[in-house]
Amino acid sequence: MKAVTTLAGIGAFTRRKLVVLGQLARFFMQLLMRCGVIFQRPRLTVQQVHFIGNYSLIIIAVSGLFVGFVLGLQGYYTLNRYGSEEALGLLVALSLTRELGPVVTALLFAGRAGTSLTAEIGLMKAGEQLSAMEVMAVDPIRRVLAPRFLGGVIAMPILAAVFSMVGIIGGWVVGVLLIGIDSGAFWSQMQNGVDVFNDVLNGVIKSVVFGVAVTLIALFEGWQCKPTPEGVSRATTRTVVAGSLVVLGLDFVLTALMFSN
Amino acid sequence: MSNHKIDVWVGLFVLLGIIALVFLALRAGNLSSFSFAETYAVQAKFDNIGGLKVRAPVKSAGVVVGRVADIRFDDQTYQANVTFNIDKAFEFPSDTSASILTSGLLGEQYIGLDAGGDDLMLASGDSITLTQSAVVLEQLISQFLYGTAEKEGAAD
Repeated sequence: MKAVTTLAGIGAFTRRKLVVLGQLARFFMQLLMRCGVIFQRPRLTVQQVHFIGNYSLIIIAVSGLFVGFVLGLQGYYTLNRYGSEEALGLLVALSLTRELGPVVTALLFAGRAGTSLTAEIGLMKAGEQLSAMEVMAVDPIRRVLAPRFLGGVIAMPILAAVFSMVGIIGGWVVGVLLIGIDSGAFWSQMQNGVDVFNDVLNGVIKSVVFGVAVTLIALFEGWQCKPTPEGVSRATTRTVVAGSLVVLGLDFVLTALMFSN
Repeated sequence: MSNHKIDVWVGLFVLLGIIALVFLALRAGNLSSFSFAETYAVQAKFDNIGGLKVRAPVKSAGVVVGRVADIRFDDQTYQANVTFNIDKAFEFPSDTSASILTSGLLGEQYIGLDAGGDDLMLASGDSITLTQSAVVLEQLISQFLYGTAEKEGAAD
Protein backbone atom coordinates (compact mmCIF):
# COMPACT_ATOMS: atom_id res chain seq x y z
CA MET A 1 0.00 0.00 0.00
CA LYS A 2 2.84 2.34 0.91
CA ALA A 3 4.55 1.86 -2.46
CA VAL A 4 1.33 2.80 -4.24
CA THR A 5 1.02 5.97 -2.15
CA THR A 6 4.59 6.97 -2.99
CA LEU A 7 3.94 6.31 -6.67
CA ALA A 8 0.79 8.40 -6.55
CA GLY A 9 2.78 11.16 -4.83
CA ILE A 10 5.33 11.21 -7.63
CA GLY A 11 2.55 11.29 -10.19
CA ALA A 12 0.75 14.16 -8.47
CA PHE A 13 4.03 16.10 -8.14
CA THR A 14 4.83 15.70 -11.84
CA ARG A 15 1.31 16.68 -12.83
CA ARG A 16 1.41 19.81 -10.67
CA LYS A 17 4.74 20.88 -12.17
CA LEU A 18 3.48 20.27 -15.69
CA VAL A 19 0.37 22.34 -14.97
CA VAL A 20 2.54 25.23 -13.75
CA LEU A 21 4.71 24.94 -16.86
CA GLY A 22 1.63 25.06 -19.07
CA GLN A 23 0.27 28.06 -17.19
CA LEU A 24 3.62 29.82 -17.58
CA ALA A 25 3.60 29.18 -21.34
CA ARG A 26 0.04 30.47 -21.66
CA PHE A 27 0.88 33.51 -19.54
CA PHE A 28 3.90 34.20 -21.79
CA MET A 29 1.70 34.00 -24.91
CA GLN A 30 -0.87 36.33 -23.34
CA LEU A 31 1.88 38.83 -22.54
CA LEU A 32 3.40 38.64 -26.03
CA MET A 33 0.01 39.17 -27.69
CA ARG A 34 -0.48 42.36 -25.70
CA CYS A 35 2.98 43.79 -26.39
CA GLY A 36 1.42 46.21 -28.89
CA VAL A 37 0.72 48.40 -25.88
CA ILE A 38 4.24 49.79 -26.33
CA PHE A 39 3.01 51.60 -29.45
CA GLN A 40 -0.46 52.48 -28.20
CA ARG A 41 0.58 53.78 -24.78
CA PRO A 42 4.39 54.16 -24.82
CA ARG A 43 4.37 56.23 -21.63
CA LEU A 44 3.42 53.18 -19.54
CA THR A 45 6.51 51.33 -20.77
CA VAL A 46 8.75 54.36 -20.31
CA GLN A 47 7.61 54.63 -16.69
CA GLN A 48 8.49 50.97 -16.13
CA VAL A 49 11.91 51.32 -17.79
CA HIS A 50 12.49 54.17 -15.35
CA PHE A 51 11.30 52.15 -12.38
CA ILE A 52 13.13 48.93 -13.30
CA GLY A 53 16.18 50.30 -15.09
CA ASN A 54 17.18 53.61 -13.57
CA TYR A 55 16.68 52.46 -10.00
CA SER A 56 18.80 49.32 -10.60
CA LEU A 57 21.61 51.30 -12.18
CA ILE A 58 23.50 52.10 -8.97
CA ILE A 59 23.71 48.52 -7.69
CA ILE A 60 24.63 47.23 -11.17
CA ALA A 61 27.36 49.84 -11.67
CA VAL A 62 28.87 49.36 -8.21
CA SER A 63 28.82 45.56 -8.54
CA GLY A 64 30.38 45.80 -11.99
CA LEU A 65 33.16 48.04 -10.70
CA PHE A 66 34.03 45.66 -7.89
CA VAL A 67 33.80 42.56 -10.09
CA GLY A 68 36.24 44.33 -12.43
CA PHE A 69 38.58 45.16 -9.52
CA VAL A 70 38.58 41.55 -8.32
CA LEU A 71 39.05 40.14 -11.83
CA GLY A 72 42.01 42.47 -12.24
CA LEU A 73 43.65 41.37 -8.99
CA GLN A 74 42.96 37.64 -9.37
CA GLY A 75 43.77 37.58 -13.07
CA TYR A 76 47.07 39.33 -12.43
CA TYR A 77 47.94 36.77 -9.74
CA THR A 78 47.56 33.88 -12.20
CA LEU A 79 48.91 35.56 -15.35
CA ASN A 80 51.96 36.85 -13.49
CA ARG A 81 53.14 33.25 -13.03
CA TYR A 82 53.39 32.84 -16.78
CA GLY A 83 54.84 36.27 -17.39
CA SER A 84 51.90 37.40 -19.49
CA GLU A 85 50.40 40.19 -17.40
CA GLU A 86 49.57 42.11 -20.60
CA ALA A 87 46.83 39.58 -21.32
CA LEU A 88 44.96 40.88 -18.24
CA GLY A 89 42.85 43.20 -20.40
CA LEU A 90 41.85 40.30 -22.61
CA LEU A 91 40.97 38.13 -19.61
CA VAL A 92 38.86 40.82 -17.96
CA ALA A 93 37.06 41.81 -21.17
CA LEU A 94 36.32 38.25 -22.29
CA SER A 95 35.05 37.08 -18.90
CA LEU A 96 32.83 40.15 -18.58
CA THR A 97 31.34 40.31 -22.07
CA ARG A 98 30.82 36.58 -22.47
CA GLU A 99 29.74 35.43 -19.02
CA LEU A 100 29.87 37.65 -15.98
CA GLY A 101 28.21 40.71 -17.48
CA PRO A 102 24.95 39.04 -18.51
CA VAL A 103 24.82 36.45 -15.70
CA VAL A 104 25.68 38.59 -12.67
CA THR A 105 23.46 41.38 -13.97
CA ALA A 106 20.57 38.92 -14.36
CA LEU A 107 21.07 37.59 -10.81
CA LEU A 108 21.14 41.11 -9.37
CA PHE A 109 18.22 42.04 -11.60
CA ALA A 110 16.17 39.15 -10.19
CA GLY A 111 16.95 40.34 -6.68
CA ARG A 112 16.52 44.06 -7.26
CA ALA A 113 13.80 44.43 -9.90
CA GLY A 114 12.20 40.96 -10.02
CA THR A 115 11.20 40.96 -6.36
CA SER A 116 9.69 44.43 -6.56
CA LEU A 117 7.65 43.40 -9.61
CA THR A 118 6.36 40.26 -7.88
CA ALA A 119 5.51 42.10 -4.68
CA GLU A 120 3.76 44.89 -6.58
CA ILE A 121 1.62 42.57 -8.70
CA GLY A 122 0.97 40.29 -5.72
CA LEU A 123 -0.22 43.17 -3.53
CA MET A 124 -2.36 44.50 -6.37
CA LYS A 125 -3.94 41.07 -6.53
CA ALA A 126 -4.33 40.87 -2.74
CA GLY A 127 -5.97 44.31 -2.72
CA GLU A 128 -8.26 43.12 -5.54
CA GLN A 129 -7.11 45.96 -7.74
CA LEU A 130 -6.64 43.56 -10.65
CA SER A 131 -10.18 42.22 -10.23
CA ALA A 132 -11.51 45.78 -10.02
CA MET A 133 -9.80 46.56 -13.34
CA GLU A 134 -11.47 43.60 -14.95
CA VAL A 135 -14.81 44.77 -13.63
CA MET A 136 -14.16 48.14 -15.29
CA ALA A 137 -13.38 46.27 -18.54
CA VAL A 138 -9.69 47.22 -18.35
CA ASP A 139 -7.45 44.32 -19.27
CA PRO A 140 -4.97 44.06 -16.36
CA ILE A 141 -2.48 42.04 -18.44
CA ARG A 142 -2.41 44.77 -21.06
CA ARG A 143 -2.54 47.73 -18.65
CA VAL A 144 -0.33 46.45 -15.80
CA LEU A 145 1.72 43.41 -16.81
CA ALA A 146 2.73 43.99 -20.45
CA PRO A 147 4.38 47.40 -19.79
CA ARG A 148 6.33 45.89 -16.88
CA PHE A 149 7.41 42.96 -19.06
CA LEU A 150 8.59 45.26 -21.85
CA GLY A 151 10.30 47.54 -19.33
CA GLY A 152 12.27 44.61 -17.92
CA VAL A 153 13.21 43.27 -21.36
CA ILE A 154 14.43 46.72 -22.45
CA ALA A 155 16.27 47.53 -19.22
CA MET A 156 18.16 44.23 -18.83
CA PRO A 157 20.51 44.42 -21.89
CA ILE A 158 21.29 48.06 -21.09
CA LEU A 159 22.16 47.16 -17.49
CA ALA A 160 24.33 44.22 -18.66
CA ALA A 161 26.21 46.46 -21.11
CA VAL A 162 26.78 49.04 -18.37
CA PHE A 163 27.98 46.26 -16.05
CA SER A 164 30.53 45.03 -18.61
CA MET A 165 31.75 48.54 -19.39
CA VAL A 166 32.17 49.50 -15.75
CA GLY A 167 33.83 46.14 -15.05
CA ILE A 168 36.39 46.65 -17.81
CA ILE A 169 37.11 50.12 -16.44
CA GLY A 170 37.51 48.54 -12.99
CA GLY A 171 39.96 46.00 -14.39
CA TRP A 172 41.85 48.84 -16.07
CA VAL A 173 42.02 50.79 -12.81
CA VAL A 174 43.52 47.83 -10.94
CA GLY A 175 45.73 46.56 -13.78
CA VAL A 176 47.09 49.78 -15.19
CA LEU A 177 46.79 52.34 -12.40
CA LEU A 178 47.51 50.19 -9.34
CA ILE A 179 49.68 47.32 -10.61
CA GLY A 180 51.32 49.19 -13.45
CA ILE A 181 50.70 47.07 -16.54
CA ASP A 182 51.38 48.94 -19.76
CA SER A 183 48.17 50.69 -20.80
CA GLY A 184 48.75 50.23 -24.53
CA ALA A 185 49.33 46.49 -24.18
CA PHE A 186 46.25 46.19 -21.95
CA TRP A 187 43.94 47.68 -24.59
CA SER A 188 45.60 46.24 -27.71
CA GLN A 189 45.56 42.67 -26.34
CA MET A 190 41.89 43.21 -25.54
CA GLN A 191 41.07 44.49 -29.01
CA ASN A 192 42.96 41.65 -30.65
CA GLY A 193 41.10 39.01 -28.67
CA VAL A 194 37.53 40.30 -28.29
CA ASP A 195 35.39 39.80 -31.37
CA VAL A 196 32.42 42.11 -31.79
CA PHE A 197 30.05 39.43 -33.07
CA ASN A 198 31.38 36.37 -31.31
CA ASP A 199 31.80 37.86 -27.87
CA VAL A 200 30.03 41.22 -27.51
CA LEU A 201 26.94 40.44 -29.59
CA ASN A 202 26.50 36.99 -28.05
CA GLY A 203 26.70 38.60 -24.61
CA VAL A 204 23.94 41.02 -25.60
CA ILE A 205 21.79 38.14 -26.89
CA LYS A 206 22.32 36.36 -23.58
CA SER A 207 21.25 39.41 -21.61
CA VAL A 208 18.07 39.78 -23.68
CA VAL A 209 17.18 36.12 -23.05
CA PHE A 210 17.85 36.52 -19.32
CA GLY A 211 15.78 39.71 -19.26
CA VAL A 212 12.80 37.87 -20.80
CA ALA A 213 13.21 34.91 -18.42
CA VAL A 214 13.60 36.87 -15.17
CA THR A 215 10.83 39.39 -15.92
CA LEU A 216 8.47 36.64 -17.04
CA ILE A 217 9.07 34.61 -13.87
CA ALA A 218 8.68 37.68 -11.64
CA LEU A 219 5.38 38.66 -13.23
CA PHE A 220 4.09 35.09 -13.31
CA GLU A 221 4.81 34.57 -9.60
CA GLY A 222 3.02 37.80 -8.75
CA TRP A 223 0.10 36.93 -11.02
CA GLN A 224 -0.26 33.41 -9.59
CA CYS A 225 0.42 34.11 -5.91
CA LYS A 226 -2.07 33.51 -3.12
CA PRO A 227 -3.66 36.89 -2.31
CA THR A 228 -2.48 36.86 1.30
CA PRO A 229 0.56 38.47 2.98
CA GLU A 230 2.15 35.04 3.29
CA GLY A 231 1.39 34.20 -0.34
CA VAL A 232 3.03 37.41 -1.55
CA SER A 233 6.14 36.81 0.56
CA ARG A 234 6.43 33.23 -0.74
CA ALA A 235 6.00 34.38 -4.32
CA THR A 236 8.75 36.98 -3.85
CA THR A 237 11.12 34.35 -2.51
CA ARG A 238 10.26 32.01 -5.38
CA THR A 239 11.02 34.77 -7.88
CA VAL A 240 14.60 35.05 -6.66
CA VAL A 241 15.18 31.29 -6.38
CA ALA A 242 13.51 30.24 -9.63
CA GLY A 243 14.80 33.30 -11.50
CA SER A 244 18.41 32.70 -10.47
CA LEU A 245 18.28 28.97 -11.23
CA VAL A 246 16.69 29.54 -14.63
CA VAL A 247 19.34 32.15 -15.46
CA LEU A 248 22.17 29.77 -14.57
CA GLY A 249 20.58 26.89 -16.50
CA LEU A 250 19.89 29.02 -19.56
CA ASP A 251 23.42 30.40 -19.39
CA PHE A 252 24.85 26.90 -19.63
CA VAL A 253 22.64 26.05 -22.61
CA LEU A 254 23.38 29.34 -24.39
CA THR A 255 27.13 29.06 -23.76
CA ALA A 256 27.12 25.52 -25.13
CA LEU A 257 25.22 26.69 -28.23
CA MET A 258 27.21 29.87 -28.87
CA PHE A 259 30.79 29.11 -27.97
CA SER A 260 31.28 25.39 -28.54
CA ASN A 261 31.74 25.79 -32.33
CA MET B 1 7.76 62.78 -10.44
CA SER B 2 6.39 64.48 -13.51
CA ASN B 3 6.25 62.69 -16.82
CA HIS B 4 8.74 65.05 -18.35
CA LYS B 5 11.35 64.32 -15.69
CA ILE B 6 10.87 60.57 -16.13
CA ASP B 7 11.40 60.95 -19.87
CA VAL B 8 14.68 62.74 -19.25
CA TRP B 9 15.94 60.08 -16.85
CA VAL B 10 14.92 57.20 -19.13
CA GLY B 11 16.58 59.01 -22.03
CA LEU B 12 19.79 59.27 -20.01
CA PHE B 13 19.53 55.59 -19.07
CA VAL B 14 19.13 54.46 -22.68
CA LEU B 15 21.93 56.80 -23.75
CA LEU B 16 24.20 55.27 -21.12
CA GLY B 17 23.37 51.82 -22.48
CA ILE B 18 24.24 52.90 -26.02
CA ILE B 19 27.51 54.44 -24.78
CA ALA B 20 28.32 51.17 -22.99
CA LEU B 21 27.66 49.12 -26.14
CA VAL B 22 29.74 51.46 -28.28
CA PHE B 23 32.52 51.26 -25.69
CA LEU B 24 32.39 47.45 -25.73
CA ALA B 25 32.40 47.36 -29.53
CA LEU B 26 35.09 49.96 -30.18
CA ARG B 27 37.34 50.08 -27.12
CA ALA B 28 37.14 46.45 -25.96
CA GLY B 29 36.17 44.76 -29.24
CA ASN B 30 37.63 44.88 -32.70
CA LEU B 31 34.93 46.86 -34.50
CA SER B 32 37.36 49.72 -35.10
CA SER B 33 39.54 47.37 -37.12
CA PHE B 34 36.67 46.63 -39.51
CA SER B 35 37.24 48.74 -42.55
CA PHE B 36 34.52 49.34 -45.06
CA ALA B 37 37.03 50.32 -47.71
CA GLU B 38 36.93 48.26 -50.87
CA THR B 39 39.23 45.27 -50.96
CA TYR B 40 40.48 42.75 -53.46
CA ALA B 41 40.91 39.03 -52.75
CA VAL B 42 44.22 37.27 -53.23
CA GLN B 43 44.97 33.58 -52.67
CA ALA B 44 48.06 31.83 -51.43
CA LYS B 45 48.91 28.18 -50.76
CA PHE B 46 50.89 27.24 -47.69
CA ASP B 47 52.36 23.89 -46.66
CA ASN B 48 51.57 24.66 -43.04
CA ILE B 49 49.61 27.58 -41.67
CA GLY B 50 50.32 26.85 -38.00
CA GLY B 51 47.74 28.66 -35.88
CA LEU B 52 46.56 31.18 -38.48
CA LYS B 53 42.89 32.08 -38.07
CA VAL B 54 40.23 33.77 -40.17
CA ARG B 55 40.29 37.57 -39.62
CA ALA B 56 44.00 37.47 -38.76
CA PRO B 57 45.80 40.58 -40.04
CA VAL B 58 47.78 40.74 -43.27
CA LYS B 59 50.76 43.03 -42.79
CA SER B 60 53.38 44.51 -45.01
CA ALA B 61 56.36 46.17 -43.33
CA GLY B 62 54.43 45.77 -40.08
CA VAL B 63 51.44 47.80 -41.24
CA VAL B 64 48.04 46.12 -41.49
CA VAL B 65 46.95 46.13 -45.14
CA GLY B 66 44.23 43.47 -45.06
CA ARG B 67 42.59 40.52 -43.30
CA VAL B 68 42.42 36.78 -43.83
CA ALA B 69 38.99 35.95 -45.26
CA ASP B 70 38.96 32.19 -45.67
CA ILE B 71 41.12 29.14 -44.93
CA ARG B 72 40.50 25.85 -46.75
CA PHE B 73 42.30 22.55 -47.12
CA ASP B 74 43.10 21.59 -50.69
CA ASP B 75 43.03 17.78 -50.95
CA GLN B 76 44.69 17.81 -54.41
CA THR B 77 47.96 19.37 -53.30
CA TYR B 78 47.52 18.68 -49.56
CA GLN B 79 48.14 22.32 -48.85
CA ALA B 80 46.20 25.03 -47.06
CA ASN B 81 44.49 27.48 -49.39
CA VAL B 82 44.28 30.88 -47.71
CA THR B 83 42.21 33.71 -49.18
CA PHE B 84 42.81 37.19 -47.87
CA ASN B 85 41.44 40.63 -48.69
CA ILE B 86 43.82 43.51 -49.27
CA ASP B 87 42.72 47.13 -49.09
CA LYS B 88 42.22 48.61 -52.59
CA ALA B 89 44.43 51.53 -51.62
CA PHE B 90 47.50 49.27 -51.53
CA GLU B 91 48.85 47.63 -54.66
CA PHE B 92 51.48 44.91 -54.62
CA PRO B 93 53.66 43.56 -57.44
CA SER B 94 52.59 40.14 -58.71
CA ASP B 95 55.81 38.49 -57.48
CA THR B 96 55.12 39.51 -53.89
CA SER B 97 55.88 36.74 -51.40
CA ALA B 98 53.70 35.81 -48.43
CA SER B 99 54.92 34.23 -45.20
CA ILE B 100 53.21 33.30 -41.99
CA LEU B 101 54.83 35.08 -39.06
CA THR B 102 54.22 35.31 -35.35
CA SER B 103 54.07 38.57 -33.44
CA GLY B 104 56.36 38.00 -30.49
CA LEU B 105 57.28 34.55 -29.28
CA LEU B 106 53.79 33.42 -28.33
CA GLY B 107 51.64 36.08 -29.98
CA GLU B 108 49.01 35.70 -32.70
CA GLN B 109 50.00 34.69 -36.20
CA TYR B 110 49.65 36.92 -39.23
CA ILE B 111 50.54 36.94 -42.92
CA GLY B 112 53.51 39.09 -43.85
CA LEU B 113 53.79 40.37 -47.43
CA ASP B 114 57.17 41.20 -48.94
CA ALA B 115 56.83 43.24 -52.10
CA GLY B 116 58.70 42.04 -55.17
CA GLY B 117 59.92 44.00 -58.16
CA ASP B 118 57.48 43.08 -60.93
CA ASP B 119 55.77 45.79 -62.99
CA LEU B 120 52.49 43.84 -63.02
CA MET B 121 50.31 44.42 -59.97
CA LEU B 122 48.24 41.81 -58.11
CA ALA B 123 44.57 41.94 -59.02
CA SER B 124 41.45 40.36 -57.53
CA GLY B 125 41.52 36.55 -57.81
CA ASP B 126 45.28 36.30 -58.33
CA SER B 127 47.35 33.91 -56.32
CA ILE B 128 50.70 34.39 -54.68
CA THR B 129 53.09 31.58 -55.55
CA LEU B 130 56.03 32.47 -53.35
CA THR B 131 54.99 31.42 -49.88
CA GLN B 132 56.70 30.49 -46.67
CA SER B 133 54.98 28.34 -44.07
CA ALA B 134 54.59 28.97 -40.39
CA VAL B 135 57.52 28.04 -38.19
CA VAL B 136 56.48 25.16 -35.98
CA LEU B 137 58.42 25.40 -32.75
CA GLU B 138 58.51 21.63 -32.15
CA GLN B 139 60.05 20.96 -35.58
CA LEU B 140 62.61 23.69 -35.01
CA ILE B 141 63.62 22.22 -31.65
CA SER B 142 63.83 18.66 -33.00
CA GLN B 143 65.97 19.84 -35.94
CA PHE B 144 68.25 21.62 -33.52
CA LEU B 145 68.51 18.56 -31.27
CA TYR B 146 69.24 16.19 -34.17
CA GLY B 147 71.77 18.69 -35.50
CA THR B 148 73.69 18.84 -32.23
CA ALA B 149 73.51 15.06 -31.84
CA GLU B 150 75.01 14.59 -35.30
CA LYS B 151 77.77 17.07 -34.56
CA GLU B 152 78.55 15.27 -31.31
CA GLY B 153 78.68 11.98 -33.23
CA ALA B 154 81.01 13.45 -35.88
CA ALA B 155 83.35 14.86 -33.24
CA ASP B 156 83.89 11.43 -31.65
